[in-house]
Amino acid sequence: MSVTPSAEVTVPKLRSATILNMLKKGLRASSRGLTEFRPIEIVPGYVPNADGSALVRLGNTVVVAGVKLEIGSPYPDTPNEGALIVSAEFMPTASPTFEPGPPDENAIELARVVDRALREIKAIDMEKLVIVPGRRVWVVYVDIYVLDHDGNLVDASSIAALAALLSTEVPKVEVDELGNVKVDRSSRLGPLQLRHKVVTVSVAKAENVLFVDPDIEEEKVCETKLVIAVSDDGRIAGMQKSGLGALSVEEVLVATDIALKVARDLLTTVELSLAKPKELE
Amino acid sequence: MGKVKLLREDGLRHDGRRPDELRPIRMQVGVLNKASGSALVEYGATKILAAVHGPREIPQRHLLLPSRAILRCRYHMLTFSTHERKSPAPSRREIELSKVIREALEPVVMAEVFPRTAIDVFIEVINADGGTRTASVTAASLALADAGIPMRDLVIGVAVGKVDGVLVLDIDEAEDMYGEADMPVAVAPSLGIVTLLQLNGVLTREEFNEALKLALKGAQTIYSMAREALKSRYLEVKVEE
Repeated sequence: MSVTPSAEVTVPKLRSATILNMLKKGLRASSRGLTEFRPIEIVPGYVPNADGSALVRLGNTVVVAGVKLEIGSPYPDTPNEGALIVSAEFMPTASPTFEPGPPDENAIELARVVDRALREIKAIDMEKLVIVPGRRVWVVYVDIYVLDHDGNLVDASSIAALAALLSTEVPKVEVDELGNVKVDRSSRLGPLQLRHKVVTVSVAKAENVLFVDPDIEEEKVCETKLVIAVSDDGRIAGMQKSGLGALSVEEVLVATDIALKVARDLLTTVELSLAKPKELE
Repeated sequence: MGKVKLLREDGLRHDGRRPDELRPIRMQVGVLNKASGSALVEYGATKILAAVHGPREIPQRHLLLPSRAILRCRYHMLTFSTHERKSPAPSRREIELSKVIREALEPVVMAEVFPRTAIDVFIEVINADGGTRTASVTAASLALADAGIPMRDLVIGVAVGKVDGVLVLDIDEAEDMYGEADMPVAVAPSLGIVTLLQLNGVLTREEFNEALKLALKGAQTIYSMAREALKSRYLEVKVEE
């Protein structure tokens, strides 16, 4: 059952008043612009044993995403397509309020929002993931772990998931006459081909002001968030209103325009991080 | 299963509706005996029962808030509501939808009137044929109103989809499965606010604009029906002398 959350991390009254009063003047307590993200650092290949991975620091928020490719059976309704499975966990390292245990509704929502963005834009060419048609396909597991929580987990996670997929190298497979598949992780067939790149932009609302990338304090004082997934061809690839409040129709449209604009820079940031040789990190 | 033809040559949809036409909608308020409020809502073959208990005290006192009532919401599908039997274990989808539906209701419920209590909303999907979450929002808001809980407005849910390149209102399951986009929306029409918005699919900025407009138009129609359904529940009481 989904329950109205209590404010598990409280923002001191004075601080929350400062944040809100500044927002009314179009300013942020963190001295960022309204459409300015915190500094993003992406470390692709952070986990050598994963088939693809990335550590993402968005300000003080830290997320690691890993990709594992496994051999599986296709879904009966899509016999000639691979599969994508996205999951997310909020680790107890990230916040004193995160408990160990199965993902709660927030983690499930986050994973499903990232999943839908990747799936709907057809980021991965699923038909290229077939090994034995109708019988054996690659299942792409994208697992997201939130290690440190300073707000805007969704965008940090979507960036991490994309960077992890972009760094993924498909292992070599051998198929014998009987159709048995053996994976050889010591050599690689090549990078996982992505047809589209997609990131989310979370637009928060407080005091009738819209702003991107809320940190944890801004998240606590904001009324609601609209998460907008934007693809590299400038289309809207998913959306999710998240949080207690509501938006006017006008605010929805303005938030969408903000997201479409900001997403371009985010996508460039991800691309640049992967172009860099890993040794520099 | 082969590709279903969703849009016919004559421009009508696979079930004969125009792109901007709703399915036949039925609403009944106060259908349950013991619940504080209840509603049965049907969008075509989609059939949703919503019950509200409370405001009430609950044993889990640590959940309660000093400044307002908490809202607890469960979206739940009966095992035989879908083509394939649905496992009775709560799915990730049900957990997510319970959250987005609760968050669609939060902005209109005047929870501050009942501090330290819980308002429980139970939504049962009896038959699923697309648009279950949006019909659920409508049913839940009617049940809340029926329970006499003060509200700023009703919330009305409706989904817009894109099939064969055309934006269509109130999509059914076939259109959801084989269409290109599914955008569930919930609005509080009198307040002019959007309280639920999801997009599962890809739209251009222009298409999104149109889709939102179409949803608002559909919601307005359902809103009038919902108000009538609420009023008719109390018609008999009026003639008392």
